Amino acid sequence: MTRHLKVDAPIPDSPLDHMAQGVLGKPVSRLEGPLKVTGRATYAAEARPEGLLYGVLVQAAIPAGKVLSIGDAPGAMVVIHDPRLIRYAAQGMATEGPTAGPDEVEYMGQAIAVVVAEALEAAQAAAQALQVTYEAKDVPVDPEAVEPERPEDKQSATGDLDRAMQDASHTLDQIWHTPSHTAAAMEPHAATAEWSGDTLTVRAGYQMLATSREQLADAVGIKPDQVRLLAPYVGGGFGSKLGINADSVAAAIAAQQLGRPVQVVMTRQQVFDLAHRRSETRQRIRLACDTQGKLTGIGHEALVSNLPGVSFSEPVTQATPFTYQAAHRQIVHAIARVHRSCAGSVRAPGEAVGATVFECAMDELAETAGIDPVELRLRNIPDTEPCTGRPFSSHKLAEALREGAARFNWSDRRPTGQRREGDWYIGMGVASAVRVNSLIESRARVTLQADGRAIVETDMTDIGTGSYTILGQIAAETLGLAVDRVEVRLGDSDFPPASGSGGSFGAASSGTSVYLACAEIRSQIAALIGCDEADLTLQNGQVRTGNVSRPLDALLTGELTGDGHLEPGKTEDTVRQATWGSHWAEIAVNRWTGEVRVRRMLGVFACGRVLNEKTARSQCLGGMTFGLGMALTEAMAHDPRDGHIVTRDLAEYHIPCHADVPPLEVHFLTESDTYVGPLHAKGLGELGICGAGAAILNAIHNACGVRVRELPATPDKIIAGLQS
Amino acid sequence: MQISLSVNGTSHELTLDPRTTLLDALRQHLGLTGTKKGCDHGQCGACTVLLDGRRVSACLTLACMVQDQPVTTIEGLGTPEALSPLQQQFLDHDGFQCGYCTPGQICSATAMLKEIAAGWPSHASADLTGPIALTHAEIAERMSGNLCRCAAYANIVDAIRQAAGAQGDAA
Amino acid sequence: MKPFTYHRASTLTDRPAGATIIAGGTNLLDLMKHEVMTPKALVDITALDLNRIEAHGDGLRIGALVRNSDLAADPVIRRDYPLLSRALLAGASGQLRNMATTGGNLMQRTRCPYFYDTRMPCNKREPGSGCAAIGGVNRNHAILGASPACIATYPGDMAVALRALDAEVEIESPAPRQVPLSEFYRLPADTPDVETVMRPGEIITAVLLPAPAGGQQRYRKVRDRASYAFALVSVAAIIGMENNRIAHAALAFGGVAAKPWRDPGAEALLIGQEPSDTLFGRAADLILQSAGGYGGNDFKIPLLRRTLIATLRDATGMEATA
Repeated sequence: MTRHLKVDAPIPDSPLDHMAQGVLGKPVSRLEGPLKVTGRATYAAEARPEGLLYGVLVQAAIPAGKVLSIGDAPGAMVVIHDPRLIRYAAQGMATEGPTAGPDEVEYMGQAIAVVVAEALEAAQAAAQALQVTYEAKDVPVDPEAVEPERPEDKQSATGDLDRAMQDASHTLDQIWHTPSHTAAAMEPHAATAEWSGDTLTVRAGYQMLATSREQLADAVGIKPDQVRLLAPYVGGGFGSKLGINADSVAAAIAAQQLGRPVQVVMTRQQVFDLAHRRSETRQRIRLACDTQGKLTGIGHEALVSNLPGVSFSEPVTQATPFTYQAAHRQIVHAIARVHRSCAGSVRAPGEAVGATVFECAMDELAETAGIDPVELRLRNIPDTEPCTGRPFSSHKLAEALREGAARFNWSDRRPTGQRREGDWYIGMGVASAVRVNSLIESRARVTLQADGRAIVETDMTDIGTGSYTILGQIAAETLGLAVDRVEVRLGDSDFPPASGSGGSFGAASSGTSVYLACAEIRSQIAALIGCDEADLTLQNGQVRTGNVSRPLDALLTGELTGDGHLEPGKTEDTVRQATWGSHWAEIAVNRWTGEVRVRRMLGVFACGRVLNEKTARSQCLGGMTFGLGMALTEAMAHDPRDGHIVTRDLAEYHIPCHADVPPLEVHFLTESDTYVGPLHAKGLGELGICGAGAAILNAIHNACGVRVRELPATPDKIIAGLQS
Repeated sequence: MQISLSVNGTSHELTLDPRTTLLDALRQHLGLTGTKKGCDHGQCGACTVLLDGRRVSACLTLACMVQDQPVTTIEGLGTPEALSPLQQQFLDHDGFQCGYCTPGQICSATAMLKEIAAGWPSHASADLTGPIALTHAEIAERMSGNLCRCAAYANIVDAIRQAAGAQGDAA
Repeated sequence: MKPFTYHRASTLTDRPAGATIIAGGTNLLDLMKHEVMTPKALVDITALDLNRIEAHGDGLRIGALVRNSDLAADPVIRRDYPLLSRALLAGASGQLRNMATTGGNLMQRTRCPYFYDTRMPCNKREPGSGCAAIGGVNRNHAILGASPACIATYPGDMAVALRALDAEVEIESPAPRQVPLSEFYRLPADTPDVETVMRPGEIITAVLLPAPAGGQQRYRKVRDRASYAFALVSVAAIIGMENNRIAHAALAFGGVAAKPWRDPGAEALLIGQEPSDTLFGRAADLILQSAGGYGGNDFKIPLLRRTLIATLRDATGMEATA
């Protein structure tokens, strides 16, 4: 039986608060942890079916044009250059394969063929030796050198911002640039494909199996039910594995053609070229406020880029319409069509760069207006969503700011440039954290076996987010079992389709479907003993009604199965759902070299119910460190002549390393959001990055008076602003 | 060519292309996929193994060059049923998320603690010849060759410090 | 990677003609995987007896196979040549230092991304093809000693310290010789593919260090993240003070040229003077008088100046005051 819930109304009383097991929210260690710390968890390239062949992708060496010919590959079995090969990765949640036809080159590095050999070394050498001829054409690669598109539905204005700027006591009008970013998940994209008759099984590291299955079927030319995707362990995603990429399509086609399993693993350089990049942005922000720091005008203009015809454009201004109050507002969204690699979702598309830059602007306005940056934010928090007037499902920004200020000892912050230790200027910075929240349709199946053990099955993935563990905890809580009595099976598209991992919606969406499946089983247990589900208490494998308690396994004569099905409903529209928080950073700037060292960071977050204190904290640590990288170290450089990614390895693209990251503190506010389903839980995989970099950049200014508006704040940018 | 490798105490006779790296030999020929390929160019640390007890990048090591040296991989440090002290601390402190860099982090940390015990200084050591305090900065610098995009860094350092303390090495 | 034959050398002369030497392999294999280097034969020298650190006159002889980590941790090096320890510890990672050897480290090649990218022209990789870094992304490139043919830098740290320490390179060849580090590297001029004075068939057997220089020794490396990154600019400094005046100065710079850069004029300017920011600034002016940027790396000119001043203030014991 399926228990279905469409979230059309708030659920003020969470049923999870009435369960007895007491395991939900606890800092349970990861269920799959022992496999991961011993190297036994197997990732996409770690299946070794009998007869495995190795495929290596060949990439275009021109920015745009046509492939005229592809030579032979001595030492390899075959060069496959099939019209079904895709030109770039699918966007997340797309239900069709992306544009195919590798002979048309749209950016330098596009996959144009795959070379297959019996041995990896032979395939690699043959791919490198392959002779390709092209007809190249000139194409624009600089987003600021073309006339961009301005889609009507992405522009908005209320009131008269220009007038508000003229009339204001204090204004801010500045331009920021953020470079292209890459997800750089530690596991390179990889796929191992095998056909059995007309059925394709692909082991690949994808975040969202249900839609990736549809994309892959479409790309290969078969039906979705002929595709099985396996992703039991995914070595990080951060958006880069939301949709299918060239690896799985090439492996599938090669395996089909050769009648043997084929594995395609991208090189790290190929991951840089072929995984979606976060678009570079140019952001102009205008702010106007009165003498008291009340905002009267907010303008946020974004220029982003993508390939011609690709629908995704970095939603830079996503949170701007509802974060702060102001009567006069303008949003401008422009898209430059250039032939850099394909842009798409990288952790927290929109707010990661949009809120970060906006929070830098707020810091500048606070300075101009002579108001403490925390206070300025507190004075501009809206009661309802500006423009629409919708209520917020829950709103914790003010509390996050106040709590953070106390925990971080914000009152110790000194005026700009006034704190020094030896050769180091010390500064503190703050930023608000905000991220939209959503639910995605999700299904799960739970089987309660006769021995009183439960099995959870859903095609949800665990990309490091903790899905195995929280889903196990939800089932354990609802069914009254110890966590070790629950087995969680994920990452198999044969299981009921879940939301997948992305957009911070995974835990709440798939978690709710697991809860619903367990609730269905609870009602079956209640029926077995003839009581109301509401009168049932399940705890430690015991079933209790009234004064009667008996062992669950004694009650069961066979297995019970429940299916859960969650759909987002009207609360998507009736309220503004978001997660909130605050970021705090204390940094040191070397007065000579401009090096920046983060000394401590604090994140205060409200994301509804925390499902597992330990894994939730880790998600936030990861987000905050992403923000640190955005602020200080990360930049994909594009060649100015052909747009290719120059910094295409992990020595040139600097993700933060151990030494960059000080001890970090995370504090969760108690929050229960009733509009997001029975769990009262929201997402937190991305909130940690949204604004974190701004706290660091604002701290840099507090330390040494330098505003870095061209990210990242590497030593060159700092010394350019320091007095000699 | 014929190559003899000693991995986790077991000898293996393999026929390999001279181009085969130790990393590919482990992953593709011996089925020891615990050692990860993150960059294949010595830029991430995911492939860290112990060679004669010292941490090295298996991706930049030719299998044919290490025939007489014992190799220890993550599989040789512990099992899910019997975790090494460091593995247990990584689990307890949530010193990983996706788990892909984790074997490299743990192999690296295992050897790194021996380097500290041997008195090796680091870039973070104030004094090249003095005692080494197991501070956050000291551990973090020594572990900087192991990237983690999930950024479990803070937890990894805590895990290592705790494990080192359990071994009596804490400052 | 192109196929190659593999031979393990049992003696110094047991090397097939034309074979490329491999020891640590940390840079060679990296470049071979990209097919930037495509040796047809490799000779593995790791079995040779070249891994000792021993007394040599008043100084030391460091075998070419001594690993970077062992060298950095060697008690005599730490005590008498702290600059060398510091430079080594500022480079790469614990894993790579365990692999990389003294000789191999001297032979490491540039990190110019266009050199690494076989799709792009590069005079160093393919003489006559052009320099894509000029007019391209050249943030990490040279500000000193570059040429219209090549603006790549030597990326290492150890050699920068060795340059300040007046080390020599011991080369085994039909005509064995010792080459001062000052003469070991060549500037690009119009043959950027020729990086050192090493001739075909030659092998580095050791690095020779003169008697300890004493004084204050500093290695200051500025990079884009706190560790595990190549230098934007680095300064190796040995400063001897007498009566609050600079009595001895040796300065070498990394990340700014195709070789560890040294400017005797700047050192002479410092000798006999009382330390001051003005003095240090004059030294920087002298060093940088021929410097030029290519757009992306213009910042290295002020960065070198600032890093030099900071390093000299530290080495001369100037208080950190405004």
